[in-house]
Amino acid sequence: MKTTRHPRPTGYGAFLAPGLLLSLLFLVVPLVMTFYYSLTQWQGVGEPTWIGFDNYTRLFSDADFWASFRNIAFVIVGIAVVPTLLGLFLAALLFDYIGKKHGDGFVSLFRSGLYLPQVIPVAVTGLMWGWILAPEGAVNSVLETIGLDSLAQNWLGDPGLALWMVLAVLVWMQLGYPLVLFLSGLQRIDPELYEAASLDGATWWQRFTRITVPILRPEVYVVLVTTTIAGLKVFAQIFVLTGGGPGNSTLVPAYFAYQNFFERADVGYGSAISSTITLLVLIIAGTMLTRQAREDG
Amino acid sequence: MTTHTTSTAPPGHRRKPVKTTAGKAGAGKAKAAGSRRTPGSYAVLAAVAVFVLAFLAPFIVILLNSFKTSADFRTNGSLSLPAEWNWSIIAEVWDRVGFSQKLFNSIQISLGVVLIAVLLALFNAYAIGIGRVRWRTPFLIFFLGVNVLPQEGLVYPIYYLFKEMGLYDGKLGYTILVGITYSAFGTYLLSSVFAGFPRELIEAAAMDGAGRWTILWRIVLPMSWPTLSVMCVFFFVWSWNEFLYPLVLLISNDNQTVPLGLSVMQGQYTSDPTAMSAAALLGIVPMVVFFLIFQRSLTRGMTAGAVK
Repeated sequence: MKTTRHPRPTGYGAFLAPGLLLSLLFLVVPLVMTFYYSLTQWQGVGEPTWIGFDNYTRLFSDADFWASFRNIAFVIVGIAVVPTLLGLFLAALLFDYIGKKHGDGFVSLFRSGLYLPQVIPVAVTGLMWGWILAPEGAVNSVLETIGLDSLAQNWLGDPGLALWMVLAVLVWMQLGYPLVLFLSGLQRIDPELYEAASLDGATWWQRFTRITVPILRPEVYVVLVTTTIAGLKVFAQIFVLTGGGPGNSTLVPAYFAYQNFFERADVGYGSAISSTITLLVLIIAGTMLTRQAREDG
Repeated sequence: MTTHTTSTAPPGHRRKPVKTTAGKAGAGKAKAAGSRRTPGSYAVLAAVAVFVLAFLAPFIVILLNSFKTSADFRTNGSLSLPAEWNWSIIAEVWDRVGFSQKLFNSIQISLGVVLIAVLLALFNAYAIGIGRVRWRTPFLIFFLGVNVLPQEGLVYPIYYLFKEMGLYDGKLGYTILVGITYSAFGTYLLSSVFAGFPRELIEAAAMDGAGRWTILWRIVLPMSWPTLSVMCVFFFVWSWNEFLYPLVLLISNDNQTVPLGLSVMQGQYTSDPTAMSAAALLGIVPMVVFFLIFQRSLTRGMTAGAVK
């Protein structure tokens, strides 16, 4: 990249200064402080007491912490895996079938409908689903109307059910993201490729597995990585829907950290939890970037 | 979207907008075997339509129940049409949460965030993408890194420092914070757009005696407007939908944003079931309106940053 013929234009550094300084001040300084707090015992007032890695050893024997990580695994299924698979299928169906036979009008109508939950504030989505799944909510009321009273549940209040309900809501919220990305990725495909394949007798399923999925590989990769990172950060959904309960059945690390910061005044411990999430997120993002840089050559 | 699924992959050149060519293929000369409508294809169409309707059912349920009295809800359940369309529940919730104030706060904050984030990102990317400053790659990696930082890893020190600096529970500090947070993503997106900026234009302007400042405002800004406008739309939505930062940093009624103001309705459900529904409706409507207006930017913008 370096050109020796022209001297490098100078003086642009001044444009970088404000953004860089503000990011350091508002993002990096708090990051370092959180890590420092994680090595102390501190209630948020007075002086923090240095205790080394005690908070981290405590994490390892904390059932709530492990529960929150188990739940995160479920959350990632709900936010990354299921929407990606469903999105792939729907994108191919819309692009390669509905669009061809019935026109793009239907495709964009359906796409908009499925994308809509993505723009609604998560807190409001939680409010809405909380109401729908409440003991006297819409779901139970429908079950009663059709005479299936026996199936009525306290959907979010049952430790065995709550996590599954959260998963369902996450899938609902998240589906639009991969769908829109995949539909746009499919624009790269030459329509004649599909036509040639169908003329050669390829079924819809064969076109799906041999053409659509391989072509969308970059999008699938991006969706899986970005939503996995988003999954590690899930907070508002849990805060509004279940508050981590009942018990710790829907507890996630971000909410667990929040509880320690603001409800239990155990700032050191909360910091250890959030430092752990931060580290995980940075590792995943870093792996993705180096992989991508290598692919780009 | 709190689950901002913003991508961290370099965008490269933008692909064609979402308008497809598939329609043309169908309308063309030879209606290939694949594009013929059959009873089967209508059945698939109907099935997808039913799926999408079921997917949107929660919104429909909310709409039906926000106009019912509690008595109507208790007798007729959640799926019936309201006995009469009653605006009083919505009006009551509007007053109870101080919705006018919340709307004003959200709009004010989101506009401020957009302004700060876009300006900072523009400056950063100008230096990195066009100025090609020394160490630009490490700088870019730095912005990428801070872009993915989880808020829960920063929130406590920010809460503490804001209290020390008198920025706590104020819109100004909060707006600056969120603006800076988004500027990292914007920097990364714009830098790669600027990297492909025609150098001749800049060199020609410089030859004519234009300084860096003039070049930025007269040449770079107008030419990158398509990307900038998409960024504005996205930052506005993200900022509107933020939850953890405003939950911790904006606690008073006068400063709260729409989602926060409405989420306090949680837990008042049993006493007033249709009020909950009305609260959800109030939270949904502004973003649906926004979505309808900026739909194209939203769907196009999401793909812009994602994949090469």
